[in-house]
Amino acid sequence: MLYIVRRIAYAIPILIGVNLITFALFFMVNSPDDMARVHLGNKYVTEQEIDNWKEERGYNEPPFYNSQSIGIERYTHTLFFEKSLSLFAFEFGISDGGRNIGSDIKQRMFPSLAIAIPILLIGLLADITVAMLMVFFRGSYVDTVGVISCVVLMSISALFYIISGQFLIGKVLQLVPISGYYDSWLGLKFVILPVIVGILSGIGSGARWYRTLFLEEINKDYVRTARAKGLSEIAVLYKHVLKNALIPILTGIVVLIPTLFMGSLLLESFFSIPGLGSYTIDAIHQQDFAIVRSMVFLGSVLYILGLVLTDIVYTVVDPRIRLS
Amino acid sequence: MFTLLSINFGASEKGSRRVQCTWQGILEVGLWLLNIGALLFFLSGCDATPNNPYPNDKRDANIYYAAFSEQPKTLDPARSYSSDEAVFTSQIYEPPLEYHYLKRPYELSPLTAAQMPAVSYYDKQDRLLDKDAAGSSVSYTLYTIHLRNDIQYQPHPALARDGKGQYRYHELHQRNLKDIRTLSDFPYTGTRPLRAEDYVYEIKRLASPRVQSPIFGVMSHHIVGFEEYHNRLKAAYAKAAQENKLFVDLRGYALEGVSIIDDTTYQIKVHGKYPQMQFWLAMPFFAPIPWEADAFYSQKGLQENNISLDWYPIGTGPYRLIENNPNRRMVLAKNPNFRKVYYPTEGGAQDKAEGILKNAGKPIPFIDEFKFTLEKESIPQWTKFLQGYYDQSGISSDSFAQAIEVTSDGKMILSKALQQKGIRLRTSISLSSFYYGFNMLDSLVGGHSERARLLRQAISIAVNEEEYISVFLNGRGIPAQGPLPPGIFGYHEGQAEYNSYIYQRQNGHTVRKSIEEAKALLVKAGYPDGRDEKTGEPLIISIDAPDSGDPDGKARFLWLRKQLAGIGIQLSIRATDYNRFQEKMRSGNAQLFFWGWQADYPDPENFLFLLYGPNGKVKFGGENAANYDNSEFNVLFDQMKSLPNGAKRQAIIDTMVEMVRHDAPWIWGFHPINLSLQHEWVSPGNPSDLVRNHLKYLSLEAPFREKLRKQWNRPIIWPIFILTSMLIVLLIPIIIRFWLKRRRPAIQYDRE
Amino acid sequence: MNLSFKFVILPTDALLWLVFLIIMGFVLFARGKMQLAAHWYQVFHRRPLTIIAAALLGVFLSISLLDSIHYRVMLPQNNNSDPNFYDAHISSVFDKIVSPLGTQTEKTYSSPLSSDPDLKNHYHILGTDKIGQDVFYVSLKSIRTGIVIGILTTLVMLPFALFLGLIAGYFQGLADDIIQYIYTTLSSIPGVLLIAASVLSMHIFIEKNPLAFPNIAERADLRLLSLCVILGITSWTTLCRLLRAEALKLREMDYVQAALSVGVRKTRIIFRHILPNVMHIIMIVIVLDFSSLVLAEAVLSYVGVGVAAETFSWGNMINSARLELAREPVVWWPLTAAFLLMFILVLSANIFADAVRDAFDPRLRKRR
Repeated sequence: MLYIVRRIAYAIPILIGVNLITFALFFMVNSPDDMARVHLGNKYVTEQEIDNWKEERGYNEPPFYNSQSIGIERYTHTLFFEKSLSLFAFEFGISDGGRNIGSDIKQRMFPSLAIAIPILLIGLLADITVAMLMVFFRGSYVDTVGVISCVVLMSISALFYIISGQFLIGKVLQLVPISGYYDSWLGLKFVILPVIVGILSGIGSGARWYRTLFLEEINKDYVRTARAKGLSEIAVLYKHVLKNALIPILTGIVVLIPTLFMGSLLLESFFSIPGLGSYTIDAIHQQDFAIVRSMVFLGSVLYILGLVLTDIVYTVVDPRIRLS
Repeated sequence: MFTLLSINFGASEKGSRRVQCTWQGILEVGLWLLNIGALLFFLSGCDATPNNPYPNDKRDANIYYAAFSEQPKTLDPARSYSSDEAVFTSQIYEPPLEYHYLKRPYELSPLTAAQMPAVSYYDKQDRLLDKDAAGSSVSYTLYTIHLRNDIQYQPHPALARDGKGQYRYHELHQRNLKDIRTLSDFPYTGTRPLRAEDYVYEIKRLASPRVQSPIFGVMSHHIVGFEEYHNRLKAAYAKAAQENKLFVDLRGYALEGVSIIDDTTYQIKVHGKYPQMQFWLAMPFFAPIPWEADAFYSQKGLQENNISLDWYPIGTGPYRLIENNPNRRMVLAKNPNFRKVYYPTEGGAQDKAEGILKNAGKPIPFIDEFKFTLEKESIPQWTKFLQGYYDQSGISSDSFAQAIEVTSDGKMILSKALQQKGIRLRTSISLSSFYYGFNMLDSLVGGHSERARLLRQAISIAVNEEEYISVFLNGRGIPAQGPLPPGIFGYHEGQAEYNSYIYQRQNGHTVRKSIEEAKALLVKAGYPDGRDEKTGEPLIISIDAPDSGDPDGKARFLWLRKQLAGIGIQLSIRATDYNRFQEKMRSGNAQLFFWGWQADYPDPENFLFLLYGPNGKVKFGGENAANYDNSEFNVLFDQMKSLPNGAKRQAIIDTMVEMVRHDAPWIWGFHPINLSLQHEWVSPGNPSDLVRNHLKYLSLEAPFREKLRKQWNRPIIWPIFILTSMLIVLLIPIIIRFWLKRRRPAIQYDRE
Repeated sequence: MNLSFKFVILPTDALLWLVFLIIMGFVLFARGKMQLAAHWYQVFHRRPLTIIAAALLGVFLSISLLDSIHYRVMLPQNNNSDPNFYDAHISSVFDKIVSPLGTQTEKTYSSPLSSDPDLKNHYHILGTDKIGQDVFYVSLKSIRTGIVIGILTTLVMLPFALFLGLIAGYFQGLADDIIQYIYTTLSSIPGVLLIAASVLSMHIFIEKNPLAFPNIAERADLRLLSLCVILGITSWTTLCRLLRAEALKLREMDYVQAALSVGVRKTRIIFRHILPNVMHIIMIVIVLDFSSLVLAEAVLSYVGVGVAAETFSWGNMINSARLELAREPVVWWPLTAAFLLMFILVLSANIFADAVRDAFDPRLRKRR
């Protein structure tokens, strides 16, 4: 327990660091004046309106030190405090486009998960199954063909899978809606294609990685012992290899779980799924830095959460490891 | 494939111990999930149209489906200025005037007003002047607007009252807000009649520093006391902020320029003579906002859930917004309180032939709901339109070849494939100009010296707009002969609009002068072959343009470079982000730039002011980005602006246009033509840039649509079967080997 | 001297050639070293696939090297007193070799090998794109961009990873804490977002100082370089972590302890004993990263934070191809060309990387 508290305390300087980096990137280089102009559009914009915009959005303060205020407010009435540090309270504020970011994030989280969770779970199963098959037939032509196909699959750009999947399945065969999203189980038919594409584009590197993991295990002494006992190959693979390879697999995945919330940038924007991934991409396109800033922060928090989770899972899976 | 594997894994599990069971169990459950997924997939395949993106139970409903590509930024009528947003706001908010749906050239007609506003001019001593008083003698103008008395607001919680007549939701506390996520979470709604004070309230909002209306700058030149009112409000807001109050009731602050005469009459007082004011009165900026809405939305807890006037409009129009989710969907539904209005009957013979008058005289609106779905990418949008899931579509340059055939005489007709689907093509010329401007302050291309003028003319000839239109717009544009687009008073229809500096007449056609003539002009200007006569230095001209990041952007620059290379001028491309571009324009740091202008209203003033000296961008922060300043032109502009349309105005405009053609501050670009497609089941519409509240005139036949959708969307399943069987065939030897191998002890295989 | 052209050295040109010279130097060096040579022998020995892959990589590399010698042609003089003026357009040796591919343009799209009489030049192996450029030429020119991103990013990332990783692993203590803090912070920011934010800021910086980069080619090149730098800065953390772990292990090794006890200086220990023993990790990570960087370029272009629009790149080609697929008839050739060339490059890189890993990774070596 103490360990976890310490771990979380350790996260704070990291998050402050993240904030400093994003702050430097967004405010030092791109001044609030620039932001105002992007968002005010192109007809009849005057200096007065820019000042008003900055004032309304709270961008009219100095970056770190406010000499016009008194006491503690010298540090709190600054851009850094109000725009960056307030994120720690998960107060994302208002986007430069004028919407409340927090409520948008809450709403957009679920479509992201609807895509990301199936891709993770089914993808994992598919990867492990293929890897197991290759290991089972190691050295034979199945293995060779498998490895080569893996390399070929991972050499193809993810964009290709998306573009051609949409073109073939959606447009030519008319099997699923070409893009879009719906809440509730009606959304299923929208989700199928992106999920398949997501799994397919990951299977090359995934299966190959797991194959390496399994091969590493299979050469260990305890596996030899098990074989010497006369266990069948299948039993060896399941009872020993898979079980022991699970630790690296799990740690690899647990880190990912929180970041699932962030969604997939490419899949979401191609299939117009209103998740956090497409939210981020749109924000980048529209230069809405308030959103990008919030997403960066959220991403970091989730990543650190993933690290902590990994440690916990470690101890659960392998009792020999003590958290210290 | 997964089905087979799962059986095998399952079979091998017998007799093993618990640990193994767990992992295999997980694996198995996963594989079963996959099977269920596959099953569902095929089940949905049994559905007649598995690619239908809408719920199946609403197949026959009287709903119109459309897409929107840009998320609206705000639907507040005082702030919204983009045409994407106008799609929604124009159906909900009703300004006093509108453009007549059928009459062309555009004509204003009363919408909520009982008749057209009464205009009266006064001199400095407040004496009433005649209707045709000269612009210089007029000190101010009064617009008096009488409203109809049968107009009610849409049901809205801001207007909800309890039994005692108190507003239910004007003093919300944090605990009442627990379950409020959207506006529809408020159980009660109310309505009230439209009053003149609502229009006045909105005009005051335009001046409010908190609202930040984009037209505040323009209006402060015209509405009396606007600027001063703005400052007064600023002080009021500062005071309110100190007292921790969010709502400032604008009714308590009088604005000199507007006054309420009675419940249905109000007056607007405008400096001098400003006939263009009437056009503004047809824009949502001048729609009514009840003070109750402002009071309601100014409450603290609501803003945190995005419940504000930006997202939840309150209007009197035929439709109201029932679902607002700019991330996904916007849904408009009939306003139950909408008054009796009928489809216009005054259409021409052509309208009749096109079926536009089919619904003449019937009560509007027809369609129950409009569902707009967010569709960022053009490909899915276009595909869904062809599948019948969107009722209308524009045509992007990429879908053009599929949709349109250009006949030998240059007319655009629908392609065979689309004709067979019963799709209709609608054409309208957009009231806009796209142009390359020269910065007149630049030392090389700018200024009024003969040398620079010849250079500009030479470049104008070399940049072949006809080719641009054909490559990038598939011919959907008209090469510009001057600043005015067709459809605006002052533009001569057909051949009569003719720029003799760039074009020449050949066999009755207007054709661009040849490259040779451009080269000759360059020689005359002292740049033979694009090299300075004296120093031999090559001419390098730089172009500034916002880098839109769209794939075509690059192609456009390279195209322009090719054009200038034709007369030996080298082009340096300085594509920047939009901010940097704006900054360069403001500081006058550009040579050549690409820009466009879309009309706010159909009046030549709205285009010619782009070349009016006192409107210069660098000196005065106006919209004249070329910084063209010609005193003669300026004088004529001042005269032209307040004249009524007629021979006198035409003559002045002709002189002005000829002047700028000679000076060539712009490379007169093109005026785009808008094409839009409609499915057969939708009633023929009359598309236009200006008539934005046209949704109320549309109707559709939903059962017919459903029939065609089914016909067009039969899924093709056989490739899936072939693919699966191929996989099975491939897997059989593997499975056999697997079966054989799994029972044998592993030791034999441990040699690798 | 009256040269009729003037060399232009763009920053990425210089760096790419520098890397090439380093590789050549390394090859010469490896020839002398028995063990290294043996490893490299193993990479190619009895592996026809790897040899083909390496040959293809060689071809790609030479194309990009040739495409990295830029010059400006002198304009013809019109009278003798003139100073010499050069064409503003920058061309490369590669353009010269494949000429007239680059200059044969049509009006707009034409399909591969089309014999449409409207075409000015009837022969375009892979057709032409929207503004009539030869697609084959465009996709060949894109090779340089892909290679530059793959290689220069590594060049940027290497010193960071190497220096910081070894210091953290070897010295531990405060240095270790600080370095760990830096890389945890960096890697906790979602990669694409960090890259996007940095690239956007970089663009703004370039745009704010237009005078420093007057020429469009120089500006595009700077954007390419800045992209490499940013990718490098955001991707050094993985290697750094690996190296730190390895250094931690190595410093406890007997021979390191022995060297320490006889008073060898710490810097010397790092260079003599630790660095050579982590070389295989570096090698493997470099070749593995290369292919993912080439793929990343396409994705970044889609997000809108890739190379400049006027730079030839597969990402830009794919980006415009999204619209082309919706055309009727479908314009498939630019997309196909870009994917094919990218696929060949990445596949060869992956095959090559596999071979390198097999040969250099001690754990894998044991297994063979």
